[in-house]
Amino acid sequence: MSSMKSSEIQAAMDFQEPHTKQDEESLKGFVQRILDEAKKQGASAAEVAAGDDIGLSVVVRSGDLETVEFSRDRGFGITVYLGNKKGSSSTTDISDDSIRESVEAAVGIARYTEPDPFSGLADPDRLATEFHDLDLYHPRAMDVDEAKENALIIESCAQDVDSKIFKCDSSRVGSASACTAYGNSLGFLHAERESRYNMFADVIAKNKDGMQRDYWYSTNRNADELETPSSIGETAANRALLKLDPRPIPTGEYPVLFDRGIASGLIGHLISGLGGRAQYLKSSYLLDSMNKQVATDALTLREHPHLKGALGSRSYDSEGVATTEKPFVEHGIVRNYVLSSYSGRHLDMPTTGNASGVCNLTVEATLQPVDDILKQMGTGLLVQSLMGQGVNIVTGDYSRGASGYWIVDGEFAHAVDELTIAGKLDEMFMHMIAFGDDIDLRHSIRTGSLLVESMTVAAN
Amino acid sequence: MSDTQMENPKNQLLAASDITDSKLEDLMGRMMSRQVDRGELYFQSFRNESWALEEGLVKDAGFSVSRGVGARAISGEKSGFAYADDIRPDVLEQTTSAAKSIAKQGSGTVAHVESDRALPMFYGTSDPITSVSQEDKVALLSRVDKFARNLDPRVKEVSVRIAATHESVYIYSSDGVSSGDVRPLVRFSVSVIAEQNGRREQGMSGGGGRHDLKWLFEGENAEDFAREAVRQALVNLDAVDAPAGPMQVVLGPGWPGVLLHEAVGHGLEGDFNRKGTSAFSNRIGQQVASPLCTIIDDATIPNRRGSLSMDDEGTPGQKTVLIENGVLKGYMHDKLNSALMGTTSTGNGRRESYAHQPMPRMTNTFMLAGESDPEEIIKSVDFGVYAVAFGGGQVDITSGQFVFSATEAYLIEQGKKSAPIRGATLIGNGPEIMTRVSMVGNDLELDRGVGVCGKEGQGVPVGVGQPTLKVDEITVGGTST
Repeated sequence: MSSMKSSEIQAAMDFQEPHTKQDEESLKGFVQRILDEAKKQGASAAEVAAGDDIGLSVVVRSGDLETVEFSRDRGFGITVYLGNKKGSSSTTDISDDSIRESVEAAVGIARYTEPDPFSGLADPDRLATEFHDLDLYHPRAMDVDEAKENALIIESCAQDVDSKIFKCDSSRVGSASACTAYGNSLGFLHAERESRYNMFADVIAKNKDGMQRDYWYSTNRNADELETPSSIGETAANRALLKLDPRPIPTGEYPVLFDRGIASGLIGHLISGLGGRAQYLKSSYLLDSMNKQVATDALTLREHPHLKGALGSRSYDSEGVATTEKPFVEHGIVRNYVLSSYSGRHLDMPTTGNASGVCNLTVEATLQPVDDILKQMGTGLLVQSLMGQGVNIVTGDYSRGASGYWIVDGEFAHAVDELTIAGKLDEMFMHMIAFGDDIDLRHSIRTGSLLVESMTVAAN
Repeated sequence: MSDTQMENPKNQLLAASDITDSKLEDLMGRMMSRQVDRGELYFQSFRNESWALEEGLVKDAGFSVSRGVGARAISGEKSGFAYADDIRPDVLEQTTSAAKSIAKQGSGTVAHVESDRALPMFYGTSDPITSVSQEDKVALLSRVDKFARNLDPRVKEVSVRIAATHESVYIYSSDGVSSGDVRPLVRFSVSVIAEQNGRREQGMSGGGGRHDLKWLFEGENAEDFAREAVRQALVNLDAVDAPAGPMQVVLGPGWPGVLLHEAVGHGLEGDFNRKGTSAFSNRIGQQVASPLCTIIDDATIPNRRGSLSMDDEGTPGQKTVLIENGVLKGYMHDKLNSALMGTTSTGNGRRESYAHQPMPRMTNTFMLAGESDPEEIIKSVDFGVYAVAFGGGQVDITSGQFVFSATEAYLIEQGKKSAPIRGATLIGNGPEIMTRVSMVGNDLELDRGVGVCGKEGQGVPVGVGQPTLKVDEITVGGTST
């Protein structure tokens, strides 16, 4: 949708958008005042990020409102440099006194930190000069009654799925509008608006053997693109029902299929290993892996920062550096680390524009329907949820709590829980043998289900 | 003493904003006018400073301030909540009016607000951020870095961090609370990477509590954390693959108490039990753990990370017996859930900040000491795992399933601690695991003060603790079958 057309629609809808174009301008003015104050107080360089978030969250439980929450978060953070020495401060107080005090605090700290040759603002030639129309802002009135209606539909549709649905523990509908600005003393100053809408259902199924909980949610920058409330309730209920009656399996080595809802986390571990800080602190299992094979040659991981309307889209990162489309892993070989200006200088490489993480990182491989992957797997574990923090990026050791479904001959056999799955990240990525076409767009890492050839599954 | 605690936060939070007692009364009266059961205003200011060293340089440091008010109106099971990052009379009016929009029914009375009550105090009020000079903080970080590197040539990277916060809260609510609390909190952590024959392993240690930063400068307190982190990294350099499957597990004292936090603690929080969604729902008076287990939640231990003179609803910090000799005695409550369950708050109503709603949360949760000699406990195991340090855990309170992930553990073979093993996740079912506790040591320890507990997106500082424990069967998530 072009920006012209969307403004016409807004006018017709006759409501006050949570953030206007004017808000962007005044936030930029605010950032500039803080930068001016930093200069006045003797900073040789400075950068400021400021934000204004407005939100509404409505929770329904047992056919009635449980909570209504209105939120408004404002604040700013400043980093000042005295040569190569750095200090930061942040606050939720946006008064003039607070601007002065925050700059004083940051300058005060920078006097005591030690000179670091790699510190400083981004290199000027890396700063974004092109600001794409990313279609991130779809304003809508934040209406409690409408949110409540949708939450009630989520709840009743979940409850109607089966008599074994004990309750919809909560259904939540949320909307948020944010205006953010970033500026630095190199003259970069830009503001943006973005919106985000969520619907969520948390459902408990119960039979004589116990209770099982599962959830489902939809999230989008455009409220009209959300899944319907009824399908969110039904999906959550069906997932909880499938978890009932877990049965034991023997401890052993099995193929493991990571469901699309958790697969992005697995890709995230590899991306952490390619992070600039993990590389320069030599605390990555993928240390010095540039141009080396770290995953099956069937796998390419490419980021697409400028997709319209996507959750992870941005024109510039948190240092104002332009984002670019690029592979991190191409046919299993590392082509880029995930770098900021600081980690880039440290590693003697240019920043990759990833100071705020990867943007719409997408699994590119031969994608298959999940049913075909299940047939290929034959007998094994389909993991629906993971628990705990048992991932060590320094060593690549992976051991996490898991629950999901036991698959026999490509078909659902029964639920399983209280399992651990364990392996080594390097081996898991080298032996990733199938990629689902069920791409989950709810994360900034976009992947479908992922099949790992073999992991150790420990069961009770 | 009580004046320091009471008047300071109230004055500090309200006086500058020109909000008087009569203004508070007026606002509360109007919040209650649409028949709200209870109205509450929570004023908070929060200051934090942190200093970090890596690669031998104090590169990074930051200061943050937040300040605001949260207004909550409760009607039966319903809450309306709004907050603002500005403490001003006009903003307060908007905030309270948004919060009360929830309520269409209820009793709606304002209790006589007591003149500010004196509470017992479990920590001092001094500001840890200013208790030590910036020069001294920087010097300490560098000293610890050099100390750690000198302990062993295999130490390759050292990261050290000091964080201090100073928080003031003042609560005014329609059920008669007008109370303030000043809460200092400090945390120190050391993380090292050691290398041997191309293999790299990490070791971590840390601690702190509700006191000032001078503690870190006493004796060898700071060096002890460095020594511990280096020791752990060196141990892990020799770790072998962990076993996989159900087996006997011995858990060391102190921080492994994260087991209790996950396996039973969350399941005993009042909200889940009011809603009947916990694996421990409706089980008061039943045997839910081995008779060797007595587990308490105690906010009253002086200067501990999880301690609270009062909770975030103004209820004084308390000591609550959760499980006594294996029998479930009670849940941890905030006001909302205890009122709906016909009981009273146990002082466990906590919130991350003014921008979050309170709910039942743990403070310092631990198991009391038993009678066994820890050495005897290890000797009693033919084959199993001895786990002494953990990264953290997670629980699904509905199924009771929980995990916790070891960062330092050993095999036990024929009654002896043998090779260190690679980090592994342990998984079990809370109610089942507690019935399988077969030995409890006489060596109760509380953790050193690093825990952050997350629930529904809100983080709060907590403490855990336990003596050495033996669990007869728990699934170990290694790779070696």
